[in-house]
Amino acid sequence: MINYILKRLMYILIALFVIVTVTFFLMRLAPGSPFASERNFPPQIEEKLNETYGLNNPWYIQYKDYLIDTASFNFGESMKYKARSTNDMISESFPVSLTLGIEAMLLAIGFGVLAGVIAALYHNKFPDYLATTIAVLGISVPSFILAGLMQYFFAYKLGLFPVSGWKGFNYSILPALAIAFSHAGFIAKLTRSSMLEQNHSEYVKMARAKGLGKWTIVFRHTLRNALLPVITYLGPLTAGVVTGSFIIENIFAIPGLGKHFVQSITNRDYTVIMGTTVFYSIILLFAILIVDILYTFIDPRIKLKGAKK
Amino acid sequence: MTQQQIEKDKFKIVGGNHEATDKLAAKSVSFWKEVFLRFSQNKLAIFGLILLIVIALMAIFAPMLSQYKYSDQLGVYNSPPSADFWFGTDDLGRDIFVRIWYGARISLFIGITAAIIDLIIGVLWGSISGLAGGRVDNIMMRIADVLTAVPYLLVVIVLLVVLQPGLFPMIVALSITGWINMARIVRGEVLSIKNQEYVLAARTLGANTGHLILKHLIPNALGAILVTMTLTIPSAIFTESFLSYLGLGVPAPQASWGTMASEGNKALASAPWRLFFPAIFISLTIFAFNAVGDGLRDALDPKLRK
Amino acid sequence: MFKNKKFLLLTVLAVFSLVLAACGFGGESSDDKSKDDGKDSGSSETASAKELNLIVASEPPAMHPGLATDTTSGALLQNLFENLLSYDVDGKVVAGAAETWDISEDQLTYTFHLRDSKWTNGDPVTAGDFEYAWKWALNPENASEYASLLYPIQGAEAYNLGEGAVDGVGVKAEDEKTLVVTLAQPTPYFLELVAFKTYAPLNQKVVEANTEWYTDAGADYVTNGPFVLDTWKHSDSIVLKKNPEYWDAANVALETINIGMVENESTTVTMFKNGEIDYLGSPYGSIALDAIDGFKADGTLKTANYAGVYWYKLNTKDKITGNVNIRKALTLAIDRQGLIDNVAKGEQKPALGMVPSAISGFEEDRGYYKDNDIEGAKAALEAGMKELGIKDPSEINIKLSFNTSEAHAAIAQYIQENWSKNLGISTTLDNSEWQVYLEKLNQLDYQVGRMGWIADYNDAYTFLEMYNTAANGNNDTGWENAEYKKLLDQSIVEADPAKRLELLKQAEGIAVSEFPVAPIYYYTNLYVQKDSVKNMKPDMLGNIKLKYVDVE
Repeated sequence: MINYILKRLMYILIALFVIVTVTFFLMRLAPGSPFASERNFPPQIEEKLNETYGLNNPWYIQYKDYLIDTASFNFGESMKYKARSTNDMISESFPVSLTLGIEAMLLAIGFGVLAGVIAALYHNKFPDYLATTIAVLGISVPSFILAGLMQYFFAYKLGLFPVSGWKGFNYSILPALAIAFSHAGFIAKLTRSSMLEQNHSEYVKMARAKGLGKWTIVFRHTLRNALLPVITYLGPLTAGVVTGSFIIENIFAIPGLGKHFVQSITNRDYTVIMGTTVFYSIILLFAILIVDILYTFIDPRIKLKGAKK
Repeated sequence: MTQQQIEKDKFKIVGGNHEATDKLAAKSVSFWKEVFLRFSQNKLAIFGLILLIVIALMAIFAPMLSQYKYSDQLGVYNSPPSADFWFGTDDLGRDIFVRIWYGARISLFIGITAAIIDLIIGVLWGSISGLAGGRVDNIMMRIADVLTAVPYLLVVIVLLVVLQPGLFPMIVALSITGWINMARIVRGEVLSIKNQEYVLAARTLGANTGHLILKHLIPNALGAILVTMTLTIPSAIFTESFLSYLGLGVPAPQASWGTMASEGNKALASAPWRLFFPAIFISLTIFAFNAVGDGLRDALDPKLRK
Repeated sequence: MFKNKKFLLLTVLAVFSLVLAACGFGGESSDDKSKDDGKDSGSSETASAKELNLIVASEPPAMHPGLATDTTSGALLQNLFENLLSYDVDGKVVAGAAETWDISEDQLTYTFHLRDSKWTNGDPVTAGDFEYAWKWALNPENASEYASLLYPIQGAEAYNLGEGAVDGVGVKAEDEKTLVVTLAQPTPYFLELVAFKTYAPLNQKVVEANTEWYTDAGADYVTNGPFVLDTWKHSDSIVLKKNPEYWDAANVALETINIGMVENESTTVTMFKNGEIDYLGSPYGSIALDAIDGFKADGTLKTANYAGVYWYKLNTKDKITGNVNIRKALTLAIDRQGLIDNVAKGEQKPALGMVPSAISGFEEDRGYYKDNDIEGAKAALEAGMKELGIKDPSEINIKLSFNTSEAHAAIAQYIQENWSKNLGISTTLDNSEWQVYLEKLNQLDYQVGRMGWIADYNDAYTFLEMYNTAANGNNDTGWENAEYKKLLDQSIVEADPAKRLELLKQAEGIAVSEFPVAPIYYYTNLYVQKDSVKNMKPDMLGNIKLKYVDVE
């Protein structure tokens, strides 16, 4: 196991290097500049700006600088938000996104797995149809529409929740639900489908033959095996959700990290693009590593060392 | 008497053919018949199928039969649904009914194409990665991780520098990352299936990789694959509206469900029908696909087959 | 066994998330309390704590008067810093930190006499603070993007572009209270400029002690305006408090201004309807296109003139739009009034010239062309097609480019329909992301492209100057005209206002006869406010001085 993890850490480093490289060249290829505006200023000033931020260096120097930045986790000053450090921007906004993200994930997993289990237990009966319909609605109505609807009806028309802002738990409920709903729908569908598969496995039949109750079988046996595809999906999903959703933060005016992923790119704020990308990559790569490790706990037959039969 | 002789001749010629096809068809008829029977017993699945057919027919014929064109500005702005405009009009005074069906063409095309591409790449990538294991697995999955981590917005902006806007580059943009989810889920399934007894048995019997993937792994991962596909279609429809925002989608005034829904979303308070109709048709379509998918899954489930 | 493990895992997870939740919200809650307290007392209408709740669209990128280029930073800065001159509630220039000023006979020397006033740290505001700030902005090392607004000052341009010395800049603090400014040429709008944000003073001592003084609220954020920056939670909110040291503090009504950062327009409209904010409209948010009808219907929508123009640039280097008659046809065949009534909805005015009617001297229509002149457009198209050897209008396909936004897209589609109906030509719409779009315009990689221009100061020159040469970074059309440039050059040195106005109008006439741009409409500023808010409206440059605002 230790060997496996060490090997994976090495792959994570390689992947990170590739990500930084690809992102760097994409940034260079994308038209625009952090200082572009509809009001031009003299070329001398632009030159000075480029010099200040090291943008007039040859590409290999800039590339080297980004690699050093990444290695030392210091991404430098934002080019758009004057004199603000990228690290500060991330560290200020990430706790907000993380809090909201965890709340959303708990909701999504809780509701999703529950609905999936119910649907599978009552296969092709009313509860199945109901759960499936709700899940399909969740999948097909994207979070930005749902967020707008919830904000309009629950917050504005009914006054049950604040319209926007981030000043306490109350403020997090609608955005967390908006994020959770579509993921819950998909988790429910996945759980249902793999529960159904497990239901026809020999060990479930065996358990039934032993006279165990429906729910006991679910929790003792089926669910554990059925969660495998769900956990596959949860790894990258968690990485995405805890680093914030641009659209949800935009609609509910939440000072989270999600906006920086999008705004840094539209602003061509190169340092922030690189900082947020590396930050997200690390979370993603570790989330996926954890998923792979979880596999072996859930299903001992899975051997991570791989190719050896 | 003479008739008998003629018949004999004919029988000889046709007989050889008939025998051969009979042999081939016999097996598959019974298999597909079984699948079809089971599928047709599933009311929800049949309903979904009919719904899909109706939507497809409307997408083909409604724009032709309507008196308006999708781009006609009729001078009636933001009108609620009425006898003249069944689904109302939008902010430029265009008939939403005809735009919905015109948009269905684009959105259905995109959704289905994206789903098929994701299916092919994702299933192959995931099953090869899971089956091979070890370094191959590691490298293949890290490639998927890199694609997930590189900022997609930036990729699309750069893609636009290289390609002219249109349907093809949009499909390319959708396919860059679309398949990754599928690959991860299929890999997970393969990892758990590949060490099960029957797969081990097949291996010992000398089955090759292709045979393993096609005959054992995919059928057993089918549930997860179909569920993932039902997610792919709506996400492709809405990614298209995001790509339109960047200028990569179909150019205005052409409509798609995704762009209509995201524009209508802003008019939620003033003209809710502009959101309601595209959203309801997206949901109906996904529901239909989903019902058909579930029905297919049940019908094809190897464990349900006796 | 397994059950226990799972339970343990769940417990750990729950504890973990609770801790996180606590720190995620925790930082906010204490401020939240104070904010709510303030709100309560505000609504109970105790005269002692007048409060105003606003939103801005984004985190201000630069809360430094010398570095700010955007409207959000500008909106805040003009209430934090006090220039030599300021605006009154209607946007007229009035005394600020300077009590009086003299202008020499040749209009080249301005002498400002400062009043006694203090910085928030107790230092007196001196003429030297202004000299320091202006030279700071001009210093090429500081790469201020708006430094060019200081160019009317003698030697400023040379110093900023690295061709002259700092001593050559015509700004000198004669003594603590007297600032003498020497201009390169008579600039009739110079007093307007002095009220612009780039001309704000800086406290040299503080600025030099901490070069990052402007990144956070606190002791180092030293200002001299009617309000002080009390708290600044990045990407979340800003609180301004009344500055008791401000020279005119007796006339400032508001005690506290809470400014949230909300980008989403639908959200801001809902917040206003929900009573959470007192005012909505540029620069404090903006009214979503889809909400205009609703506010119009209940009679709360207000409009103010705004010195800006929305126009379509026409690429004069292109094969098709290079033809002046084609450009004329495209310009004439737009139903501006229909567009404004049905699509733009903001009671804008059809633009029949390049200089908005909000600019003094340009209130009347100059009669260059008529709105929706289909006959004229058809004749021009006919002539243009002949010159280009095109037989049928349907052979012409115009590419209409714009940066992605719902409003730009709607306008483009409306005009597309105009052109197709009136001229029979086809149009392809081409939207792109803002930065990509800017690059397209700059490289003349377009045929027709949308752009807006807002005045920095109340003078026609700001709308005409960009077309003086094809090389001008803001031209983007490839158009130039020697006569036009000559008239503009004359207008700079002309000291007589009436003659100068005449020169500018002649120049405008030349440009409009060759159509490097198709003006669409002159902007308006739309806003809604609570009934309790008094004296709050944007002036024609879009400024709102919060010192005049009162709430009842």
